[in-house]
Amino acid sequence: MEFTREKRMKMRLAGDRRGDQYPHSLQFYQQPPAENISLAEFESFAIDRLKLLKVVENLGVSYVKGGEEYKNKLQQELRKLKFQYRALIEDDYDARRKDHISHFILRLAYCQSEDLRRWFIQQEMDLFRYRFNELTDELVQKFLKYINLSYEAISKEVKEKLAVQLINSTPGLSGAKIEELMFYKVPLQDAMDLFRVRRVYLLDAFTYVPHTDMVAIVLNNFRTKLSKALALTARSLPAVQSDERLQPLLNHLSHSYVGPDYSIQKNTGKISIEHIDALSVKSFPLCMRQLHKALRDNHHLRHGGRMQYGLFLKGIGLTLEQALQFWKSEFIKGKVDADKFDKGYAYSIRHNYGKEGKRTDYTPFSCMKIILSNPPSQGDYHGCPFRHSDPELLKQKLQSFKISPTGITQILELVKGMHYQLACQKYFQLTHDVDDTGFSLNHPNQYFAESQKLLSGGRDVKKEPSEPENSQQKLSSQKSTNSCSIPNSSNIEGDTELEGLDAYFTED
Amino acid sequence: MAGFEPSSLPDLLPLYYRRLFPYGPYGRWLSYGGVVKNYFQRREFSFTLRDDIYVRYQSFASPQELEKEMQKMNPYKIDVGAVYSHRPSQHNTVHMGAFQAQEKELVFDIDMTDYDDVRRCCSSAEICPKCWTLMTIAIRVIDRALVEDFGVKHRLWVYSGRRGVHCWVCDDSVRKWSSNLRSATVEYLTLVKGGPDTVKKVNLTDPIHPFISKSLSLVEPYFREYALVGQDILGCRESWEKVVALVPEHILLLFTLLQEFPKKQDSVQRWELLRNKMDKHRVRNSPGRWLGSEIMLQYCFPRLDINVSRGLNHLLKSPFSVHPKTGRVSVPIDLQKLDHFDPFAVPTISYLCSELDTANEEEDGEKENEMEPMAKRRTRDYKKTSLAPYVRVFEQFVDEMDRSRKGELLKRSDLQRDF
Repeated sequence: MEFTREKRMKMRLAGDRRGDQYPHSLQFYQQPPAENISLAEFESFAIDRLKLLKVVENLGVSYVKGGEEYKNKLQQELRKLKFQYRALIEDDYDARRKDHISHFILRLAYCQSEDLRRWFIQQEMDLFRYRFNELTDELVQKFLKYINLSYEAISKEVKEKLAVQLINSTPGLSGAKIEELMFYKVPLQDAMDLFRVRRVYLLDAFTYVPHTDMVAIVLNNFRTKLSKALALTARSLPAVQSDERLQPLLNHLSHSYVGPDYSIQKNTGKISIEHIDALSVKSFPLCMRQLHKALRDNHHLRHGGRMQYGLFLKGIGLTLEQALQFWKSEFIKGKVDADKFDKGYAYSIRHNYGKEGKRTDYTPFSCMKIILSNPPSQGDYHGCPFRHSDPELLKQKLQSFKISPTGITQILELVKGMHYQLACQKYFQLTHDVDDTGFSLNHPNQYFAESQKLLSGGRDVKKEPSEPENSQQKLSSQKSTNSCSIPNSSNIEGDTELEGLDAYFTED
Repeated sequence: MAGFEPSSLPDLLPLYYRRLFPYGPYGRWLSYGGVVKNYFQRREFSFTLRDDIYVRYQSFASPQELEKEMQKMNPYKIDVGAVYSHRPSQHNTVHMGAFQAQEKELVFDIDMTDYDDVRRCCSSAEICPKCWTLMTIAIRVIDRALVEDFGVKHRLWVYSGRRGVHCWVCDDSVRKWSSNLRSATVEYLTLVKGGPDTVKKVNLTDPIHPFISKSLSLVEPYFREYALVGQDILGCRESWEKVVALVPEHILLLFTLLQEFPKKQDSVQRWELLRNKMDKHRVRNSPGRWLGSEIMLQYCFPRLDINVSRGLNHLLKSPFSVHPKTGRVSVPIDLQKLDHFDPFAVPTISYLCSELDTANEEEDGEKENEMEPMAKRRTRDYKKTSLAPYVRVFEQFVDEMDRSRKGELLKRSDLQRDF
C-alpha cells in the first residue's frame, strides 16, 4: 500500500464521487483508499475493525457459521460498530468508507507474520462469506460482473448430457432441481475449495459449479487476492514503519490478537530433561503427551512429530543443548545410531532453534496450525488427538487416563461439534480438577503454562512483570475468559479491550 | 541380479555416469524446448555424496555442464527441485525474500511403507511381487484421474529404485500451479484418511462422486486376485478381525460374521459371505451402505504423501538416479505394459556394469571404435545393456512433449498470421 504518497494527497471534496466509489455494499478491496484521514479516525477505524473481526472469530466458535443465531448476532455487531450491515440500504456511504479504510489499515498491521496473516485472512473470509450470502440473486450477478468473475453457464444440452455426473458430484442435488439450477464451467484453479472436497464435477481441467456454490469461487478468489496483497504489503512495510506516528499503533494492533508469542523464551533453561516424563503426565496437553509417549515407546518420531513436539519443548524452555541430548538419548535406543543421529537429525533440531538454513527462530505450533495443517498419516503421532483420532480410540485413550465417564461424554460431544479446542480445554478442567479454566485455549504452550501456574499454587500468586507487552497478554487472556464463559458478553469484552487500548495510547 | 554391494558404489558410479546415464533425453526433458528463458539454468539439483553429505542449490548453465559435474562428483543420489526466480547456485547473493520457487512439475510419491497396515506379506522398506500390485493399482487410479479429470497430457511414471513409484506431471500449465492447487489436487485424489489412531480410514457418503466410482471400477478387477488370494486378508482370525473391525456395530449385530467365518474355507468364500449379507441388509443412506467398497478402497486405494506434492521447493529423486541402498536404477515405467512391470527385473548398477564389461570384451578385438566421439559411443553403450528399453520409454515421453510443443507453436504462429 502506498501510504506515504496518499498522505500527501489533497483530500477530495466529499460528495463528488460518492456513488462511484462504493457501488456495492460488499467490497472486494481491490483499490487502497486514496484520501487523507486524521490520526484519530485512523485509530478508531482500526480498533472497530479489530473488534469486528474478533466477534467474527468468537461467533464462529460458538455458533454454526451461517446459522440463524450466527447471522443475527453478527448483524447486531455490525450495526453497533457502524459498519454496513444490510445489502439493501443504498445510502450508507460512511459505513462503506469505514469498511474500506479499516480493512486496509488492518492489512498493514496483520501482514507481518504468517500467523497474523492466517488469522486475518480467516476472519476476513468469514465476514465476507456472511455478507455475500446476504445478497440477493440479482445483486450476486451484479457483484460477480463488478469483480470480473463471470463464467460461462453451460447450455441445456450439455447439462442433459452430464446430468448423471452432475447429480453424483454435487451433494444435495436431485434430478428435479438440476433443471432449474444454473451451472457454470469454471477452470479448476478458480474452484480449488470445491473440487478439493469433491463437491463438484471435474472433467478435463474444468469444474461444473452450481449457482448455489459460487460463493466458494468468489471466496477462493478473495483469499488468493488478499493473501497476495498481504505479501506485497509486508514487503513495503518498512516505508510505513518509518512513520513514528503509525508504527507503535500498528504493532500494537497486531499484538492484540494472537496472544502471547511463545517463541520468546522466558523460561529457557528452567526445565531439566529428567522432569519431562513427569511433566508430560501432569502438564502436557494430550497431543504432546501422545507424542512423548510415542517417542518413549518407539524411540523415534517422524518429521511431523519431531517438528510439533520439538518446538513445543523449545517453547517450554528446553535449550538447544538439552534438546539435542534429549532426542539423541531417545533415538539411539532405537534403530538410529549416534553417528546417524548426528548426521540426519541433529541438523533439523538446530534448524528449529534457528541455527541452520535460513536461520529463522521457529515458533511453536498453535492449536489452529496443528488442527488445520498437515494431518497425520500412517506411522505419525502428531496432530490434534481431538481432531485426528477416531472417537472410539479417543474414548479408550481418555479412559486409560482415568477420565470420568461423564467427562468423556462431554469431551466427545464437543469433538462431535468440531470444537476441538474446547474439548481440549475440557480435558484440562478434568485433569486439573477445576470448574473453569479461566482462559481460552489456543496454544499447547499456553496449556502448559496455565497448568504449571495452577499446579505451583494458584494463578494469582505469580504476578506478571509490568512491561507493556505482558500487561497486554494478561489483558487478552482476561478478555477471552469473558468471551468463553459468557458467550453473549461481547459488550463487556469490547469495553475491557477499549480501556486497554486507550490506556496504551495515552501512555505513548 | 542379486549381489549388489552398497560399498561398491564408489567404483561403479563413475562408470555409470561416464557411459550409461542418458544425458541426451534427460537434458532435453528439463530444457522444455528452451521456450522459457533460462529455464534449465534456474533449476535446482541437489547431490547426495558419499557419507550422506548433502549439497543443495546446485544449478548449471547447460545440460553439458550438469553432465560434467555429475562425472566429477559421482553423486550417490540426484534430486531434482524447482525452477527458481534466480539461479539456485547464486541464491545467497540475492535478497532472501526475492529467491522464490516459481515452477515445478507436479509430483506424486507413492511409498509402500504407507500401506503397512494393510500388507501381510512385507513391512516397511521391503516389497515383494505380491504387494507390488498395490503400486500397479495406484498408477492406474491416479493416472486415469490426471488424464480425464485434470486434463493432463505428459506424465512420467518412475520406479523409485526401492519401494515405491514417483509421478512427474510435466504439462506447461501444471508446472505453474500454486502449492495450494497442488494440495487441493492431492486431497481430491485421497480417499484413505487417518493415521494409526483411525481404524476405518475410508468413509463414503452419498452421492458417490464420479472420481470414486471410476476409481472403484479400476480397483475391483484386482481385488480378488490381490487381496483375497494374494494377501489372503480373510485367511485367518487375526487378519479377518481387522476387516470386521471396519463393519459398523449396528450391522455387525445382524451379521454374526465372527461365528460364520470359521466355517468357510478361504478368503474368497468369506468375502462372498460378507458381500451377500451386505446386499441383504443394504439400507438407503445408512452408514455402511458402501461398506464393501470402503473395505476394498482401504486395502487397495493409492496413498499419496501430500507433503511431497504440495511444496514447490520439495526435492524428488531424479529419474535414472541409482538407489544407493538397492543399487537399482530409477527407471521410467511403460504404462502400456504396466501389469508386466517387475521391480525385481530392474537392473542394478552392478549388473549394468558387468553387462558393459562383457560387451566390451566382445568388441575388444575390433578396435575400430576408438576414433569415435565420446557421445556417440555412449549412446551405443547403454544400448548394450538392459537399461536400453527403459531409456526408450523415456525418449518416447520426451519426444511426445516435443511434438505437442511444436503443435502449440504452429497453432500460435497460425494465429499470428491471421492478424
